[in-house]
Amino acid sequence: MGLAEISRFDHPVLQDYLVDDAYDETFESPGKPRPHYAPLLETFSSLPADEIRRRKHSADLAFLNQGITFTVYGRDEGTERIFPYDLLPRLITSAEWTRIERGLTQRITALNLFLRDIYHEGRILSDGTVPREIVYSCKHFRRQMRGLQVPRNVYVAVVGSDLIRMPGGEFVVLEDNLRVPSGVSYMLTNRRVMKRIFPNLFRKQGVRPIEHYTQALLSTLRSLSPEGRPEPTIVLLSPGVFNSAYFEHAYLARQMGIELVEGRDLVTHDNVVYMRTTTGLRRVDVIYRRVDDDFIDPLAFRSDSVLGVSGLFNAYRAGNVTLANAFGTGVADDKALYAYVPKIIKYYLNEDPILNNVDTYLLTDPVQRQHVLQNLDKVVVKAVGESGGYGMLIGPHSTAAQRQEFHDRIVADPRNYIAQPTITFSRAPCFIDDTLQPRHVDLRPYVLFGDKVTIVPGGLTRVALRRGSLVVNSSQGGGSKDTWVLNQ
Amino acid sequence: MLSRVADNLYWMSRYLERAEHAARLLDVNLNLMLDESTSSADRRWKRVLAALGNPPNLAWSGDAYQVAQILTFDPGNRSSITACVAAARENARQVREEISSDQWQRLNHLFHQVTRHKPNETEDVLPSDFLLAVIEGVHLIQGVTDSTMSHGEGWHFIQVGRYMERACATVTLLGLYHREFWGHPDQTPEAAEYLEWVGLLRSCTAFEAYCKVYTADISPDRIIEFLLLNPEFPHSVRYSIDHLQRALDAIHGEGGKRRGAPLTRLAGRLQASLSFGQISEILSQDVGAYLQDILRQCRDIHETIYQLYVDYAIQTALAG
Repeated sequence: MGLAEISRFDHPVLQDYLVDDAYDETFESPGKPRPHYAPLLETFSSLPADEIRRRKHSADLAFLNQGITFTVYGRDEGTERIFPYDLLPRLITSAEWTRIERGLTQRITALNLFLRDIYHEGRILSDGTVPREIVYSCKHFRRQMRGLQVPRNVYVAVVGSDLIRMPGGEFVVLEDNLRVPSGVSYMLTNRRVMKRIFPNLFRKQGVRPIEHYTQALLSTLRSLSPEGRPEPTIVLLSPGVFNSAYFEHAYLARQMGIELVEGRDLVTHDNVVYMRTTTGLRRVDVIYRRVDDDFIDPLAFRSDSVLGVSGLFNAYRAGNVTLANAFGTGVADDKALYAYVPKIIKYYLNEDPILNNVDTYLLTDPVQRQHVLQNLDKVVVKAVGESGGYGMLIGPHSTAAQRQEFHDRIVADPRNYIAQPTITFSRAPCFIDDTLQPRHVDLRPYVLFGDKVTIVPGGLTRVALRRGSLVVNSSQGGGSKDTWVLNQ
Repeated sequence: MLSRVADNLYWMSRYLERAEHAARLLDVNLNLMLDESTSSADRRWKRVLAALGNPPNLAWSGDAYQVAQILTFDPGNRSSITACVAAARENARQVREEISSDQWQRLNHLFHQVTRHKPNETEDVLPSDFLLAVIEGVHLIQGVTDSTMSHGEGWHFIQVGRYMERACATVTLLGLYHREFWGHPDQTPEAAEYLEWVGLLRSCTAFEAYCKVYTADISPDRIIEFLLLNPEFPHSVRYSIDHLQRALDAIHGEGGKRRGAPLTRLAGRLQASLSFGQISEILSQDVGAYLQDILRQCRDIHETIYQLYVDYAIQTALAG
């Protein structure tokens, strides 16, 4: 069985493969694959369904045995599940990647300049390019950060931006994750498992490697060390074993060879942070923290937090320890501020954005609000401070009662919501019930910003596994695919 | 190594040892009970409860099977085997990146085996198979630990936990048996007493090893000598303290000799008193008090380990 046959629509694995107005990652037109997918489809179509099932099973086992799992809440037995994933990788050509890479570098550079500005002089606010109210009314704005000098002026060192592909094929940014983006361990382990299962494909396709991510993360963190600490001690601060991303924290710490600490392992004294070891207190210089701002220091932020370290913020202010990411970066991934990112790029870099935004309606503006309220069945409404797919209304899939609820919520607190036109982002074929079925996908590349910008060629392709669904978050029934950036 | 990690490894190991000890104790006593009258059952089960530290909310009810059921399966009772295995797993779960995957898988397997076991209510046979499965599961974990984990600081903390727990368990058992059965050490024990002293040996897996040294000639003073002072038998107090001291020495090596000095002194003194002690001397004094004193020294060692490595005051650590 060759490529010619799989391209025909009566091939059994393709019988459910319908086309609609979304961009298809794999097929140019019905029955005609994009050229860079040809070797992949050829290999897959030469495998009998049994063999594909067998390899899928062996991959599942590999994930389970290596403990690549996330914790399901609410069961005291500590149920752990593997993150669902699809065997068929998603491919990105070299030309597409170059554009993504340049676009993300530009965006993160501008956002770091923006954060430095609003926590210092506030030029962009005085000039009126970004309205003050939007910044100061954001619940992630930290006035404690005013006037504080951070190493290399890097506020955001680790970013995971969500990109989607428009019906025309263009990549646009849907969301910036500037606080504690997660998922990178799935990118790394997906790749490791895929290499074991389809070694031949890698040879045929020419895939760019991503294994150096943890090494790059470590040198990024090292480059942010406080002054006078040339051999910094770096730790990863995790909320602990009950956090759903605990596997990722343990994985990254092990891969980087640094200690995985919890709040109770750290103490501060005279504005210096130490960790308790069996050989005494050891000074800590850089903390890659995976704990939210709110919980990190009960003295500075939420006093009921038991995950944090008392006095950490003062040590940070004193310049004795670096946190990555810095406090208060959430103001720049607020979904209302998102609408201003193209202007922010233009303002600081005097360049046009390489990666565009999705059109966004600001509901604080009476005209835009009126338009959205009249068209709730056509738009997507999002709460500005939420992530993980919570607090969303997807107009075309909503009921009248849900629309009424959001209508009331928007009227009550317009600053807390934004709206965007419903976008059918691109689809890729997934191997489901022995056939190939189209599912919507997004792309989360991981950007590191230290003494230089590093973006490993790849990312986490998240898949909305439910038919027709546009929600890719793992907490909402999403899965993942390995993402291959090709040499050509 | 992080103090929290050392703490978790130490307690993982202690809880596993405790589960094994409880399983063996129950198995031996359920078995011995088949040969005896009701009146002595009373004393026996009160003794078993005392050996497990008199668990709260569990009084002797007159029904041995019910007590054994609770001590085996009740996750709400902190002394039960199920609770010990669950506590060991919880400690291991928090340091998963420190232990080998094989260790974790074995421990996880034992945990699921224990928590998913449904005792059959209609049959009143001994849960013997279950108890043996627990002992076997713990042995497997110990073997996997020794052969797959680096014998570094973490492994030494596991050794410390294991031998600390074992020494305390053996000393406690010796004390209870001595109080109850010590009366006529020079006479051959009567049938019932003979069974009890054999029960003590079996509770420490020591019967066969004892016979190799002293033949099947059961005499209480030799039993006490064997369980207290034998340098080669892994459940004897002396052997446990020897290995405890060795593990502590290895840990000091990592942190500098000076810092570990108080601990070296405590462990060394206990080790020396057991190495050079003579059974005739020990038996001529108050044996109960002597055993109590060993327990106290173990407690001191435990507390000093915590003061030095885990729970130290920040001020002293900064000064040192």
